[in-house]
Amino acid sequence: MTSTPSLQISELAFAYPDGNQALFGVNLTIQKGERVALLGPNGAGKTTLVMHMNGIHPTMQGEVRISGELVDSKNKSSLKAIRSKVGIVFQDPDDQLFMPTVGEDVAFGPYNMGLRGEELNKVVAQALSQVGMLEFIDRPPHHLSFGQRRRVAVATVLAMKPEILILDEPSSNLDPASRRELADILRSLEITIVMVTHDLPYAHELCERSVILSGGIIVADGKTDVILKDKALLKSHRLELPVGFNL
Amino acid sequence: MTVLAFISVSVATPITRWPAFIAFFSLLIFTAVMSKIPLLLLFKRALIEIPFIFFAILMPFFGEGEKFSLFSLELYRDGLLAGTSIVVKGTLGVLAAVILSTTTTAREILRGLETLKLPTIMVQIASFMLRYINVISDEMERMKVARESRGFVATGIKHWKVLATAAAALFIRSYERGERVHLAMLSRGFDGVLPSLNNQSVTARQWLTALSIPFLALTASLIALMIGW
Repeated sequence: MTSTPSLQISELAFAYPDGNQALFGVNLTIQKGERVALLGPNGAGKTTLVMHMNGIHPTMQGEVRISGELVDSKNKSSLKAIRSKVGIVFQDPDDQLFMPTVGEDVAFGPYNMGLRGEELNKVVAQALSQVGMLEFIDRPPHHLSFGQRRRVAVATVLAMKPEILILDEPSSNLDPASRRELADILRSLEITIVMVTHDLPYAHELCERSVILSGGIIVADGKTDVILKDKALLKSHRLELPVGFNL
Repeated sequence: MTVLAFISVSVATPITRWPAFIAFFSLLIFTAVMSKIPLLLLFKRALIEIPFIFFAILMPFFGEGEKFSLFSLELYRDGLLAGTSIVVKGTLGVLAAVILSTTTTAREILRGLETLKLPTIMVQIASFMLRYINVISDEMERMKVARESRGFVATGIKHWKVLATAAAALFIRSYERGERVHLAMLSRGFDGVLPSLNNQSVTARQWLTALSIPFLALTASLIALMIGW
């Protein structure tokens, strides 16, 4: 592909204030429209990496570019633009849905980007229908099931029309039907998706390409098929396919 | 707003002017009937007041000053007056608040507060509280179930330590959740201004209807004052 990559990370390193280093030089390029699974054991630095993608963690060393634009946490106006391009769906929908109703929550992002009135309502309705939750627009989030809340959380981010959608453990705590519904929704979206997970079958189902982050560096990057068949590789990074699952 | 005004008027009226209070009660009952609240429900919800009344009922028995006896009970006049005053005024306030909460959803109350130009930060805090109170109480419930499934039953003072630790854990979890919510807000471009909840304006007519209730109450109180009861 010749267009600018959606995400370009080079030599990214990061240490927490307590001296605990989480990332040791991460290099990752993701092209427009790709669906990539970011795999890794607990504590591999996945979440830390995600927090760099929209400038919540300031970059200490190296750089992150979103469709060519540098993520610079000191430059407030560019940060705002970056955050509208990078949509993060957090693991716990209760953290993400904080407004009194579903509709208002979905409106929160576009509102911060300056949309008002009719236009805002249209974006909200569109995002909710993309995840099949339009009829719940006036409901308070705590009246929804967990799967529904996860879908609304996806809508809150879609409403910002992001360039790249980042999902943190999208399949966690979902029952099989909600899991499949979410997969169908994600497949129907024509945007770049980064899926942080250790649910390997889910990664296989949705993503062509997989990247393994372990010990703060990228240790493998390739076709999901190939990576998931490499038992030795998986094992050395505390990843394994569920018992009885074969590719 | 109306509720607040109504309560202020009734609190400001001395208890000795009892006809005014009959008028207040009838006004409230009238409002309740007009808004189609079953009276039984109204009084059931007003039961929340009972623990507060309890102390008011004790007041006539402890105090100083003029004494008189009633049904072989020794009562203090000042205490009796103060006690009745608390009971009556408290009931009025609770009834008014119950009517408000039965007819209006919490969301609309928030909206109303915003229209009334309450500082946005307070409206925001209240709105977050409304959103997360269920999440936190669920969490508390889960912690309770987890405690009890390991054979813990809180029976007395010796178990307070466990309960206190649980409360502390809950506090820390809520605090951390607060941080995660803030992160999620930042990721969606939050810059300190929450979208306004308000999308409908209040007509002058609605204002008049609402304010008529405390106004009528004030009139009743003044009339009682003039007739000199």
